Amino acid sequence: MRNLPVAPFPTRRAFLGRASMGLGPIALASLLRDDLLGIQPAVSGFPDGPATVKRIIFLCMAGGPAHLELLDHKPELEKRDGEPMPESFTKGQQIAQLQGKQLRILAPQHPFKQYGRSGQHMTSLLPHIGSIADDICIVRSMQTEQINHDTAHTFMNSGFRLPGRPSMGSWLLYGLGSESEDLPGFVVLTSEGGSQSQPIAARQWSSGFLPSEYQGVKLNSAGDPVNYVRSPAGVTRRMQGDVIDAVSELNELQQTWTRDPEIATRILQYELAFRMQMSVPELVDFSNEPEHVLELYGTRGGDGTFAANCLLARRLAERGVRFIQLYHRGWDHHNSIKDGLPVSCGYVDRGTAALVKDLKRRGMFEDTLIVWCGEFGRTPMSQGSNPALLGRDHHIKGFSMWMAGGGIRGGHSYGATDELGYNAVENVVHVHDLHATILHLFGIDHTKLTYRFQGRDFRLTDVHGSVVRDILA
Amino acid sequence: MNNLLAVVAAAVLAGGVLHGADRIDFNRDVRPILSENCFACHGPDANARQAGLRLDRRDDALARGVIQPGDSAASKLVQRVTQSNPLLVMPPQVTDKVLTDAQKQVLSAWVEQGAEYQEHWAYIKPRRPDAPAGPEAIDFLVGQQLAANGLQPVAEADRRTLARRLSFDLTGLPPDPAVVETFARDRHPGSYERLLESLLDSPHFGERMAVHWLDLVRYADTVGYHGDVPVNIYPFRDYVVRAFNENKPFDMMTREQLAGDLLPRPTPWQLVASGYNRLSRMTNEGGAQAAEYLTKYATDRVRNVSTVWLGSTLGCAECHDHKFDPFLAKDFYSMAAFFADIEEQGVFSGNAKWGASVRVLAPRDRDRAAAIDREVAELRERGQGKLPAHPDSLAHLSAYLRDDLVRWRALEADRVWSDCEHPDFSQCGRFELKQERDALVRAALTGEEKPREAIYRLETDLGDGVISALALELFPTADFDSFYVSEFEVRLLGRQDWPVRLTLATLLPDREEPGSMLRDTLDGNYQTGWHGKWEDDARRVAVFGLESPLRTRAGERLQVTLICNPRGGTSLPARWRLLATDSAFPELPSGGTLREAILADGTRTVDQAEALREAFDRIVGGNANWREIRALQRRRKALLDRAFESLVAKAVAEPRTVRVLPRGNWMDQSGPEVEPQVPQFLGPVSTAHGRLTRLDLADWLVSPENPLTARVIVNRLWRMFFGTGLSKVLDDIGSQGELPVNQELLDWLAVEFMESGWNIRHMVRTMLLTETYRRSSEPSEELLAKDPFNRLHGRQAMARLDAEFVRDNALAVSGLLNRTLGGPSVKPYQPPGYYEELNFPKRVYEADLDSNQFRRGIYTHWQRQYLHPSLMAFDAPAREECAAERAVSNTPLQSLVLLNDPSYVEAARSFAARILREGGKSDRGRVDFAFREAFARPPLPEERQVVLGLLERQRRHFANEPARADELLATGIAPLPARFGPTELAAWTGVARALFNKHEFLMRY
Repeated sequence: MRNLPVAPFPTRRAFLGRASMGLGPIALASLLRDDLLGIQPAVSGFPDGPATVKRIIFLCMAGGPAHLELLDHKPELEKRDGEPMPESFTKGQQIAQLQGKQLRILAPQHPFKQYGRSGQHMTSLLPHIGSIADDICIVRSMQTEQINHDTAHTFMNSGFRLPGRPSMGSWLLYGLGSESEDLPGFVVLTSEGGSQSQPIAARQWSSGFLPSEYQGVKLNSAGDPVNYVRSPAGVTRRMQGDVIDAVSELNELQQTWTRDPEIATRILQYELAFRMQMSVPELVDFSNEPEHVLELYGTRGGDGTFAANCLLARRLAERGVRFIQLYHRGWDHHNSIKDGLPVSCGYVDRGTAALVKDLKRRGMFEDTLIVWCGEFGRTPMSQGSNPALLGRDHHIKGFSMWMAGGGIRGGHSYGATDELGYNAVENVVHVHDLHATILHLFGIDHTKLTYRFQGRDFRLTDVHGSVVRDILA
Repeated sequence: MNNLLAVVAAAVLAGGVLHGADRIDFNRDVRPILSENCFACHGPDANARQAGLRLDRRDDALARGVIQPGDSAASKLVQRVTQSNPLLVMPPQVTDKVLTDAQKQVLSAWVEQGAEYQEHWAYIKPRRPDAPAGPEAIDFLVGQQLAANGLQPVAEADRRTLARRLSFDLTGLPPDPAVVETFARDRHPGSYERLLESLLDSPHFGERMAVHWLDLVRYADTVGYHGDVPVNIYPFRDYVVRAFNENKPFDMMTREQLAGDLLPRPTPWQLVASGYNRLSRMTNEGGAQAAEYLTKYATDRVRNVSTVWLGSTLGCAECHDHKFDPFLAKDFYSMAAFFADIEEQGVFSGNAKWGASVRVLAPRDRDRAAAIDREVAELRERGQGKLPAHPDSLAHLSAYLRDDLVRWRALEADRVWSDCEHPDFSQCGRFELKQERDALVRAALTGEEKPREAIYRLETDLGDGVISALALELFPTADFDSFYVSEFEVRLLGRQDWPVRLTLATLLPDREEPGSMLRDTLDGNYQTGWHGKWEDDARRVAVFGLESPLRTRAGERLQVTLICNPRGGTSLPARWRLLATDSAFPELPSGGTLREAILADGTRTVDQAEALREAFDRIVGGNANWREIRALQRRRKALLDRAFESLVAKAVAEPRTVRVLPRGNWMDQSGPEVEPQVPQFLGPVSTAHGRLTRLDLADWLVSPENPLTARVIVNRLWRMFFGTGLSKVLDDIGSQGELPVNQELLDWLAVEFMESGWNIRHMVRTMLLTETYRRSSEPSEELLAKDPFNRLHGRQAMARLDAEFVRDNALAVSGLLNRTLGGPSVKPYQPPGYYEELNFPKRVYEADLDSNQFRRGIYTHWQRQYLHPSLMAFDAPAREECAAERAVSNTPLQSLVLLNDPSYVEAARSFAARILREGGKSDRGRVDFAFREAFARPPLPEERQVVLGLLERQRRHFANEPARADELLATGIAPLPARFGPTELAAWTGVARALFNKHEFLMRY
């Protein structure tokens, strides 16, 4: 029993068998139609190139992880700890909370070590992620354009600083649709812990000007996982099915006297809604996860932790969800990097590594893309005056992230910042390039996936972006 | 030649648009090809221009010799686009743009015919075409085009459909079934007109029209950035509703919104209207750069004003000259300069102060307040004590009052919590929690290492009683030399499905100081808090008074969360207890205000000064009449509380300098300085008084000199009542927008609008009196085949109701709808935890549990970052940016909302009660009643059968499991009628739910 695969979602036949009491002949007939279930793409012709991945799990380390403690080792900072930051670096550059403050270099507050056969340099605070070092590709030359959380997330998700543009996940659904028949195609999960929790706006998973069926759905960590997925109090599934049956019958009758083309779609959406009412609770029920899996992630679920979300992410991936995005709100270390960073790392380390290992074990690693990335990084300069509580400010000119999974060159590092970790100087990867690369892995030419809005063909990468081929396997 | 015309016609049809085509028409046939394929490199943007060639202006194109009018073979333009060599062909391969053969032939024929250019249609002033006057003009112009395309319009819709259509279109509400019945029978001439007029006169007309306008100007109740905190500007929404209801001319609405504050002697409502300028998103984030955000606010305004009034994408010119339209980057910043006089901060201060506002009393209240003021002055005079009337010896008073507070605590905080059942929640471990005598909680270290943060959560059972305040008492221990409390949260469990966060209004610490204020424990920010060092104190006390005394019931529980997250170091409270009291506060009702008044040296507000004066009179004996004075002041305060407060625009004497920002980069200050001015190709506007103002801009927007505004507005009105704009891209009538399918009609409407004195109601009436409007929405086979998108309006549109009206419909049919107009935004039920990702401060959503629960959707609290999920599911926009047109989606989330959102379940059970009460005695009669109420028509026999079948099944279910009926009927706060048995009521609730979920319920046909 230990190797039992996670129960797949019941087949349509089984579902019908179970629910036939509540489904009249008409709904039954339309359920048997195989077309039009799940989210369909709005454009045809994608993927337009070879696809290496089918889905993405984007682990957003919200707040801005301190890359100079975590992924980008700069011994020079150690040597020059406490010295003034040379003005040649900072003059005329954007600055957030350190506006008008003295800028001093801060040595890395935690040791680095080498992991794996590849010997990747990473913090000692992430031993579990270290154990998958040979699977991940670290990029140390990221750049973005927005220096405050809200706008930086918007930029990371949509490639624009203005609201109203579609997020990555919406673009993917628009181009490819989803493979899930009873779950949203773009799902967002959140957790927190480790520092003050910066807010995250629903805009981050908005479909912007794309049709709203492509918007992300956030699963709530408390209450119903999806808003309104629970039938009203006192209404059993069978009674709910009865009502939906009647609705469908009435809608089908309406088709005898009107040509409203939306009726057919409406009927299908009620079927999908009814299925979601079953599939969503089943999704978040971990009781069929074997002990060793729960042990691997270090969670029993239901607690809204990052680890539980990682396990949930794997379950979503198994069910054909296209874009799975996890936010962990806990990396905004303006202070106490010494004491605070280990706490943040403790929240995400094990779950992240477990996710990668679990996907590998199930043969899903090869067609899943995993991205571990903040909305920006943190300054080489210290923030705060109490020596015991020093932190780092927001930083956009150079930061680090990693990727793993299908099509990604594992055990590899790419790009570099200067000796003080301020500017990305070698093989710079801009957010637009990251977007281009993600789409490329899905077999999509980022210049081709466009949508006409306000008289212009918009794309995820605006008019920029190039695929970072050197990180591809 | 015939062949070519066929090609043109085919090209146009392929675009989904039909025209009666004869000669090549530049704007119709050529401009779209050039704009889409050529202008990006050979158009208005000088920086992107290739080979120095521009094709958007005839003189330039001819001067470069690429076009030889009359000779297509000699024209390089034609040669290059028809080129077979991939290295030479235009557009170049890298652009991925390819011309079709038909397009190439159009270009060639156009050159052959003389290569005549026309100015872009929208930039030529509209001219009234030949047509009869009044509504007939619309029917005439629509009919002409239908005839040219050989199409027959369909017949008029049936009377019930018409009544329902009119009602939704004019009020956003379903029709009164009695009115429908009368109208269905009333065949007298003029009956349609009478119904139309009565609906135009409805106060709900303004609400219906306002929804769309509020989308455009991005009205919302929160600031949008970062913490997305609430901002008080709802009176602006009420202004819009009133303006439509009073039929304020649109040119006046324009002036008031853009520049109400600059009008001579502005009225309060005109000031409120100027709040338009304050609807852009704002931030108070600590690390935000002021200059960057000032730029963001400025560009936000340019995008909005140019989209709303000009239907133009001037926003594209922020970084470069426009690629398709003749807007320059300089035009963008010249437009921004109009708004450079608005007082604002790039980063607003953290205390939720968002700049200038107006506070206005209703006229009657203003008189009352003046009378009270006179009376108070008299009482003060008569009761004058020995001491000076305005005590400056506040130090003395402060000390006295502090002692007073401490005294109260000692005497009154006597109800000890006896059982703390779960004192076990601590995130970091390393503590063992014990309960000592007298409800003292002791957190004992379990090892050497001291924890760095702790979250204590205690719950206690409540009985029937009252709680007015809680006190937190901290005692020193040997383990920590200081304490730190980041957050103090109190929740009531067991009253709702979710924990109800209680509002703590009055804070009384024994001591505090800047940087360690007790109010910091309520701000949602763990990095701030109330803290102190243990020195001589035997204990420290903080009292948290509830906003109003809480009447508790047995079975409820109180939960207190203490979050201790000291900035570094370890300074946790390790021995403490909670006390509660039911005693009313002593004679210090405004303790919080008073305390802050004492601390606020030099920056006292009027309220604080009042509080101090009162305390002085009462405690020190300053005035013998203090009781009477206080009573009067309370009455005056009540009046003020009724007054509205709203953000307004306030002009500063020295407008900010505005420069062209190269590539839109706010850090690059090298660009030239600009003055306010309208886009160069539409202007310039000049004035005798020097620098142009927002009022000058408003005047120009609604002047006959501006060819855009009237067209843009009537085009959107058309969309509202006919389904699709005459030019279908509502936010862009530039080169990349759509040439109107019926430009004569659009221009007729625009001229009519201006000549009517910008009379919105006149335009609505004119449109709705037409045959075109009254047609059935069912297409004929012919229309379906030849005009599938109904661009020629041979029939009416089928329209899904807007999000707000979906809700309104259910509430209205159920009988729950509260039709009150205006006022503060309201909070319908919302899934618990929906705001969990918000912070600074953290928020708990508290639904209104009174009749405000049943207000119209337009009054829903509009949280930009987390719009109410039911509204969002039905495509309401977040209103972060201008939304000229809402998407119309059809998703499973909508089904979940209608099936399971408690608002709809409660409406269904209330509708069920109405059906039982008003629908007669038989099941059959009741089903018919329900259909008439929900759909303004009787059911078909088959429909009746389906519903009766459902009713039977639901009855059986609930009869077998009666407890479930009670559960279902307990949804929501609406009262339950006692007359009907729960089984019957629940079964009909099932029926009502089915009707609310029926597609027809969401539609206006």
